[in-house]
Parts: sequence; structure tokens; C-alpha cells
Amino acid sequence: MIERQYDHPDKIYVQVEATFYPDGRIEPKSFLWDDGRRFDIDRVTDVRRAASLKAGGIGTRYTCKVLGRTAYLYREEDKWFMERR
Amino acid sequence: MSPKERVILHSDMNNFYASVECLHRPEIRGKAVVVGGDEEARHGIVLAKNYIAKKAGIKTAETLWQARIKCPGLIVVPPNYPLYLRYAKYAREIYECYTDQIEPFGLDEAWLDVSGNDGVMVADEIRQRIKAELGVTVSIGVSYNKIFAKLGSNIKKPDATTLVSRENYQAIAWPLPVGDLLYVGPSTQKKLYWQGVSTIGELAAMPVDCLQRLLGKVGCVLHAFANGLDQSPVARLSQESLIKSIGNSTTTPRDLVCDDDVRILLFVLCESVCARMREQGVLSRTVAITVRDSELFSVDRQAKLKAPSCISGEIADAAMQLFRQHYTWHQPIRSLGVRCTDLVPAGGLQQISFFDDEVNRQRREALERTVDSIRNRFGHSSVQRAAVWADQPLGSINPKGDHVIHPVGYFKDGMKA
Ligand SMILES: [Mg+2]
Repeated sequence: MIERQYDHPDKIYVQVEATFYPDGRIEPKSFLWDDGRRFDIDRVTDVRRAASLKAGGIGTRYTCKVLGRTAYLYREEDKWFMERR
Repeated sequence: MSPKERVILHSDMNNFYASVECLHRPEIRGKAVVVGGDEEARHGIVLAKNYIAKKAGIKTAETLWQARIKCPGLIVVPPNYPLYLRYAKYAREIYECYTDQIEPFGLDEAWLDVSGNDGVMVADEIRQRIKAELGVTVSIGVSYNKIFAKLGSNIKKPDATTLVSRENYQAIAWPLPVGDLLYVGPSTQKKLYWQGVSTIGELAAMPVDCLQRLLGKVGCVLHAFANGLDQSPVARLSQESLIKSIGNSTTTPRDLVCDDDVRILLFVLCESVCARMREQGVLSRTVAITVRDSELFSVDRQAKLKAPSCISGEIADAAMQLFRQHYTWHQPIRSLGVRCTDLVPAGGLQQISFFDDEVNRQRREALERTVDSIRNRFGHSSVQRAAVWADQPLGSINPKGDHVIHPVGYFKDGMKA
């Protein structure tokens, strides 16, 4: 059985560049927003499992500093998504 | 509290399937939602409902068309079992932060033995974490035995902790209807009702020998349950078996040389596999066999079942058919295995009873559950299939006992009579 995916306008799947460390940690470095702009992640300040009510999903949530602002990046098994602002 | 007093939690995800769907589909939140099985196949039924649908009077296991009449505008979504399995896994990861003694009961419930801790504090922390990390809520019962803990999780919903202690159980558990107790189904409930017993407290007050006369062995068990005397441990059961497959294989005491030998052994293996499926509250949709011959050459074949099943007769027939199709007796057989995969939770699906065949299947399943409970009490060899008697060395293999460390006496929706 394969898990069915749900599409929602507030759930944006994004392309991510990340570093995979030998100890298994994954650190996202940048992401490609749906308008084609690439954003660098300056710092990851928190990593935990969390639910996104707005986008409708759960995953490992990376709290990222991007251009001085806070953005949440969620890793849902093998895909990454963000909430539309 | 004495130092040896156990602290047991029973955690139950509220409206599990419906809650997960509502979290993942923001557009249906705030509406009446049910998760419904297979609508095309006429007998589509309500597998789960959210609180709004419940308020409209919709009941689990009723047909979708009945539900729609009660609630026009009802939203029906199909089940997404892989997603629910992922949730069960995540919930377990949270539980594992507090104990390694975890006994899942279906996908949405689990007992946890957290002895040595403040149960209410642990329960509240787990509740908060599940809400934040999984986006759904749980109700948790805290008690000194599994039965009262399970009653407790059902008392306040959603997102609540209920303590059922030695001090308050008479006030909290005893007024509850006797049907809330594990093992008490409609038939037992009716028998008790005619004795003037409709609450757990009234059951607790009934002399144990009366109960035994009325209900047989299960009467003693229920007497203990109602009085908070249940001692059964929280089994260390893995979620893995829930997620992947349940199987069993054995190297035979002697080489198998004919179809009849194989049939006996397949029956023994299928019985144990099916008993484990019933413990885990799952049904299988695919059966696989592995055959190794005396040259240790092996064949692995699988086939879909007509309907999801945990009935050993059906599984054994499918396995035998596979065997006949794919084995040509070029060599005697050294070892044989049966594996059930493609698992789906048993919740709700088997309650359909429109067709005679389905009624018949339910009877067979009920019979096998009865055999399970007899074997759990009196040992594997206390009940045997006649076919298995035909060959003592082959038939006397107890594959379940050899593989399962903790015999578990509770079945989700099982044993209710
Ligand atoms: Mg539940």
C-alpha cells in the first residue's frame, strides 16, 4: 500500500539542498520557493517533529533563519514542504 | 502507594482516522467528516467519524447511505492506511521516551507501563507532545491495572487524562455500563442484564461462583476485571509486526513427501499466523509461502486473497493452492513457511453482515478466537484440529509458542460475546 498524498494550496513542496552528516543529522542549506527564487538558510535554530495545521501535514520541522526572518521547513519522510505565508 | 504498585497508562487517539484526515485536509475541517470503506462495493460503511458527524447521530459501522440521510452534506473520505501506520509509529516513538514496555492495541491505542513515575504527569506530557508533534489528540487513562486504565481513557474525551486509583475506582469505574469492560459484548451484556447487572459496580458485587455458573470461565475473569484485580502485564509488543507482515516458518521434524504432509503443516502454521493477526487486530490481503526442499533450493510465491482475512481455514486454503500451483515434488521438503502481508486494520470491516457468506465468515472467526483464548489459558495442545492429529510429530509443532515471548490475552474487538 502506498500512502496517498494530499494537495492543498497552502502546502508548498519545495526543492531543498541539504548537508547529510555522518551521524545522520540533516541540515537544510537552501530551498527553492514556488516562484523560482532560491533562499539561503542562514541558521537552523530548532529541529523537532511537529504538525502543520495551516498546510495540513506532519514531519520533522526545521526552524530556519532566512533573511533575518523565521521560516518553518518540514521534512515529510522524503519530501520537504513549507506553509504559504 | 506501595513501592510495587504498577502505574499503567492506556492511551487512545481520539477519532483516529477522522482526526488524521482532518489534519491533512484543512479544507474539510469544521465539517461533518467520516472515513468510509469502499463506497463502490455497496456495503461501504463508516469506519470513523469526527465529533461533528457524531453529533449528527452517525455511528461507526453503519452504512454510508444511512449516514448521508442523517447528515446531508456529509464528507466521506477513503481510508489512507499507510498514513495511519505512520502515525502509529510516531506515537510509539513518543511513548518510547517514557518506557520500553508498550503494548499496542490496534493502531490507535496502547498500554504503557510507567511504574515508578507519576502517571498523571507522564500522561499530561504525552498528551501535549502528541498534540504538538502529531496534530491529533489522545485521551489517557491512568491506573494500577490495564483494565481500569482502558476504562479511564474512555471517560473524558478528547485530549484529557483520567486517573482511576484504588481510592476513586468505586466512584469512577463502578457506575459505568458493564458493556464498557473488555470482553463484555452484547450477548454477555444481555445475560448479565437478566441477572440485574447493568453497571461494572453491580458486576463487581456479584459472587464469583454465580458469575462462573452464568458465563463459564470468562465469569471469573470479568469478576477480577470489575474489582481491579487484573494482574496481566503490559506486553512488550513491537509495532513492526503491525506494519509489515506476520509470518511463521518451521523446519520439519521429518521431510515432507506428499500433499497431505504439507496440508497438515500449513494448517499448523496458518493457525499460529492467524492467531497473531487477531492479537494485533489486523487482516491480511496477501498470502505468501516459502518452500525449501531437501537440496535447500527454495521457492517463494504469493497470492492475493479474495477478501481481507484472519481466518486460518481461508489462509491455509490459499496457501495450499499456491503450493499445488508451484511445487512439483521433484524433491522432498525440508522447511515450510507462511507469511501474511498487505495488512489492514481489522476495525469495522468485519462487522458487515449483509451476506450469508459474511455471517459464516464471522462465525468461523469467532470460533477461532475462542480457540485462541482456550490455548492462551490451557496451552497450545489443549485444542487441536482433527487433520493435525493425523500425523503426531508434524501436528504437534507449536510455532506460535516458539516465536512469541508474551502471550497476550486481549484482542481488539475480539472475545466479545
Ligand atoms: Mg481511538
